[in-house]
Amino acid sequence: MTTPLHLGVRRLGRGGADVELSLELASDLALIADAVELLAAHCPDGILSPRRIRFNFRTVLAEALANAITYGNGGDPDKHVHVRVVAAAADAVRVWVQDDGDGFDPRAVPDPTTPEHLHAEAGRGLFVIRHLVDALDFNEKGNLVCLTLRAG
Amino acid sequence: MSFSLSKDAKGIVVVGVDGQLIVGNRQELKQKVLDALEGGGRKFVIDFSRTGYIDSSGLGVLVSLSKKIREQGGDLRLAGLNEDLQTLFELTKLDTLFSITKTPAEALAAF
Repeated sequence: MTTPLHLGVRRLGRGGADVELSLELASDLALIADAVELLAAHCPDGILSPRRIRFNFRTVLAEALANAITYGNGGDPDKHVHVRVVAAAADAVRVWVQDDGDGFDPRAVPDPTTPEHLHAEAGRGLFVIRHLVDALDFNEKGNLVCLTLRAG
Repeated sequence: MSFSLSKDAKGIVVVGVDGQLIVGNRQELKQKVLDALEGGGRKFVIDFSRTGYIDSSGLGVLVSLSKKIREQGGDLRLAGLNEDLQTLFELTKLDTLFSITKTPAEALAAF
């Protein structure tokens, strides 16, 4: 598989068990699947269960990348998405996804499970992320999201 | 990631989702199902037995397809969701919009 993605891998700490991954991708939705697989493959074993890597990690990462490309960068091919993953054995896997856009107010996103939104085709991304991570944080501007999946 | 389409003896279209159903490939699934609908198919089962994850765009395309199939007098059913995917449908309350069975065989039998 050829991919235009270049992953940075840095060992952290004395034991080298903790890892920092970094990846920058163009605003192209077709890159998401490969980006997710690349990051999942380099996330060290034993921090998150295989099941949580397979489902929670992949789902929330795909959602966050799609949001960054579609809404954050407005699909502008000249804008990029910046991903950093820190996998710390004793603690958690944290994923930061930053776009080059103007940010948004996550509090303004309506609940997609209400009767008036249930039949909508879009608008579930943030809701799904919120339910699959242990913590969800934004910077003040709203163009950087931090997803925390605690060890286990 | 890929989608496989087959038709059983009763003309029910079974679509297998291999890998993931996300924003990058949802259009491919949508087109395949719409082509089958155009070709006269009315009963559809999406088989998620070999699916790792689904994002919100994938959920959205299922809502959209279900609507279009119903408009033509047909029905779309889901099968083979593992525990995590089942939870995803429950927390988004989409389990209330779809008929979901444990296995594709059960979905076929129920048509």
